[in-house]
Parts: sequence; C-alpha cells; structure tokens
Amino acid sequence: MTPKPDRAARKHLMSAPVGSGPIARRVVLGVVGIVTLLVLVAPLALIFSSALAPGLAGLLRNLGDPGTLHAMLLTTITALIAVPVNIVFGLAAAWTVTKFAFPGRTLLIALIELPYSISPIVAGVAFLFVYGSQGLFGPLLEQLGIKVMFALPGIVLASLFVTAPFVAREVIPLMQVQGTDEEEAAVTLGASGFATFVRVTLPNIRWAVLYGAILCNARVMGEFGAVSVVSGNIRGQTTTLPLQIELLYQDYNVAGAFAAATTLTAIALLTILLKVLLERLSGDEQRLP
Amino acid sequence: MPRSVIPGFGLSFGITVLYLGAIVLLPLCALILKASDIGLVQFWAIVSSPRTLAAIRLTVTMALVATLFNAIYGTLLAWVLARYQFPGKRLLDALVDVPFALPTAVAGLALTALFAKNGWFGAPLDQLGLQVAYTPLGVAIAMAFTSIPFVVRTVQPVIEDLGTDVEEASRSLGASDFQILSRIILPSIFPALLAGCSLAFARSLGEFGAVIFIAGNQPMKTEIVALLTFIRLEEYDYQAAAAIACVMLAMAFVMLIITNTVQAWQLRYLGRSGQ
Repeated sequence: MTPKPDRAARKHLMSAPVGSGPIARRVVLGVVGIVTLLVLVAPLALIFSSALAPGLAGLLRNLGDPGTLHAMLLTTITALIAVPVNIVFGLAAAWTVTKFAFPGRTLLIALIELPYSISPIVAGVAFLFVYGSQGLFGPLLEQLGIKVMFALPGIVLASLFVTAPFVAREVIPLMQVQGTDEEEAAVTLGASGFATFVRVTLPNIRWAVLYGAILCNARVMGEFGAVSVVSGNIRGQTTTLPLQIELLYQDYNVAGAFAAATTLTAIALLTILLKVLLERLSGDEQRLP
Repeated sequence: MPRSVIPGFGLSFGITVLYLGAIVLLPLCALILKASDIGLVQFWAIVSSPRTLAAIRLTVTMALVATLFNAIYGTLLAWVLARYQFPGKRLLDALVDVPFALPTAVAGLALTALFAKNGWFGAPLDQLGLQVAYTPLGVAIAMAFTSIPFVVRTVQPVIEDLGTDVEEASRSLGASDFQILSRIILPSIFPALLAGCSLAFARSLGEFGAVIFIAGNQPMKTEIVALLTFIRLEEYDYQAAAAIACVMLAMAFVMLIITNTVQAWQLRYLGRSGQ
C-alpha cells in the first residue's frame, strides 16, 4: 500500500487510481452494498426467517416430516455413492491428461468439461432415452427386471453426469503446473506407480481434491433439473431433498418447504466456509517458491 | 501409448474414457438418435410450433436481460473486490459464491417468496403497480440470480492484474478519470467481461430449478424451453421432448463455441498486453 498523501498533494501528483477518490469510492461501494443486500443477502435471510416463522419447535416438527426425512436419507445415499465415484474419475482423468501427451488429449479435456455446458434438463431427458421404457436399453432392462429410471440408479447416474467435471476441473490445473518431474524421479528410484501416486502426487493435490469433492457434494445434494426427470418424482420413494421442497411448496406447505430448504442452505453455507478455509490452507502451501 | 516413465496410462485412460463414454456420451448419443428418428418434417413442425417458439423467445430474451444485469452488477462487484479495502470484504467475496452453492430449487423458493404479492419486495413493488412473480420479469430475476458469479469471477482477476502504471502514465499526460475508464480500463477488462457474459448467458438458457418456481409457467407467456421439454415428457410426447431437448443441446454447443472463441481471444489479448 502506498502511503496516503493529503488530498491537495494527491491531486497535485495526479497519480491516484481511478475510483479511489472519496466520493467515487463511497458511491460505488454504496451501490454494490445495497444491491448485494437485496440480491444475495435477502434470499438467505428470508429462508431462515420463513423456516423459523412457526417457531423453533415448528421448524423441528417440519424437519421431522416423514417425507422430508426420507428425502434427506435418499439425498445422503446419492451423495455417498456419487462423490467417491466422482473423485476416482477426477483423479484418473487428471492423471491421464496431465502426466501424458497423446493424440486427442485436448478433445478429452473438452469432453470432461462438456456436462458443465449442458442444461440439467437435457441431461435428464438424455438418460431417459437410454434406460427408460422408450430408450435404447429400456426393453432389455425390463426383461431382466432391472429398474434404472425412476429409482436410485437413475438418480445417481444423472448426478454423475452433471458433476463429472467437478473434481477434475480443480485438480487438472494444479497438476499441470506441478509437471511430471517429481513423479519421474520417484519412478526412476524404483517406486511403484501406486506408491508414486499416493506418496508423491496426492500430497501435492490433496486440498484441490477435497475442494472438488465438497463442490461435487453440494451439487449432488442440490441437483434439481436432471434428477426431477429421471426420478419420476414418486412421492416418498424417489423424492430427493430439492424435489421434496417443490412437492411441499405445491402442497401449499410453505413452512415445510422452507424447513427442508434450510438443510440445503446450511450445506451451501458450509460449502462456502470450507472453500474459504481450503483456499487459505492451499494458498499457504502453493505460494512457496 | 505415449512414451513416459510414469506408469498407469492404460488404467487411468481406460477409466476416463469408459466413464465419459457411459455417463456423458451414451445419453447424448441416445438423445440425438431419438431426435433423428422423428424425421425432418415432424422435427421442424415441433420446433416451429407457436408454443415452442414462444418458449424459445422468452428464454433467450430473459437470459439477455439477466446477462445485462450481471454485466453491470458483476463488473462493479469485481471492481470493488479487486480495488478497494473495506471491512467485510472477505464476507462479500464469500457471498458471491452463494448462487453456485445454493441449490436452484432453494433459490427459486426464496425468490418467489420475496417477490410474491405479500413478500418483502413484492408488496412494495405491488404498490407501485409492478408485478414480478409469475411474469417474464420473474424469469429474468431467477436467471440473473443463478448466474451472478460468472462475470465477477472472470473479471475480478483481470482488474487485480491490471496494475496502475498505464493509468498513472495516462494521468500524467493529462487524461481525465472518464478518459482513463473508457480508454484504458474498460478495453482491458472487455474480453474477460465478454467471456463472463457468455458463460452467464449459457447458464441462463439452461436454468430450470430456480425459474419454474417464480415463473408461473403459463404456456405462451412465462414458459421457458427447459420446462416445455419437461412438460412434453410428462405428456408422454417423447418425440417432442427429444426434439426440444436437441434444440437446447444445439444452443449449448453454440454457446460453448462462442465462449471458447472469446476466451481464446482473451488469452491472446492478455498475452499481447504483456500480462
């Protein structure tokens, strides 16, 4: 920070950056502050105040609704399956595109990022045309008596589609910067591939993996569009937490919908908090020369 | 197989390709296959029907409105975070991530309650004769909320890296604040702003969860394309669902190409200005 010269001197020097004058600063900060309060803070405040409108006991009673409890369970199971699978995929994908040069590498990176650009609704519809009764494998699955659509496997598959880039996107840039020297040294000294990965690579990228996993978890738990297509929204069976919110809202049970929403909001705020903490942790390590 | 002393290419490549094939490519191919079964005449009839066209028009227009809002608010937010020191800056920085972390259904629920006739914002706006919930404006607001972080997070690092040397040089040559803003700062952040806007616009085109709560979903009036796809599915009209989903997929690919072109331009631009 430059030392603060008095106003006359500063005007004379004429080197103050644009917008650093007291009036410009106050106006810009004021506008941004007010809009942020209206746009970002008000929705959060409303969620908690609406959920608490029937009192704390009322909130707890709404959270104890059997449908909401079942939705929490289903959402947790989905996340417990989808997040570890996504971590394995993310690590494999990052290892492939950062440690090796091969034809089609750029295409592979583009493919990893592709789900990020596709509407969740399109993803849901696409899965229906694979596993649904109208789909490619639909008749075969029906004969075998395997239910994918309108059941847990479909929900997991849709979640995996929308979150495919999450871990990979965090890990790839980091592994790219770190290069291959350390791994090459380890392998040359006789370490096995697995030992190299666990002892050399993983310590370098652990925070990025964790960060990607946290983001992936938040998205899996909150996914609405893709899951609402493939789940069929069967009350008490395939309603995940976001779908339960919609269901309660359509039943005019607004307090119940907001109670269910507080759990997901709490997870979202926790995700942001962990992000800030992880950035600080990994920042401390990575800024070392 | 590439030549490298590092092992594990076969395994990691295999997992990656298998996963992407089964989870991403297979469904997209099935969708395109289904749509190609319809036949060109029927496909065109579905896509050019008044209801579909109205949905596309509404989605694109409101996505543009939402992106315009984000271009202004996002740039100001990025400016404040990059240039000013003030109490609560960390909190503001964290708040920017709320729209990404918050599930779209929760955002939709909260925005609808805010803008409903008896809501915190809806009641005073109603006094002014302005209705937001269940109108196209509500669609734009839901889209704007869910895509706030895109412009901020693409523009913020560029402003941070801008440095003040060019600004100081131009000021010593007698440039006014306005000239510095319009001739130096805006051109420098423009490629990043454009990249952020195209990301925000693409996201708005595909947004579903937040919009359907607040939109009211009247056919021809407040029905977005994603919802129309969903409704066709519920009516067991799989052909129409496939056709409209394909149109959305095509729009996504166009936006992907535009975004990549803009980002490539942005990288060249940064390279040229020596940053």
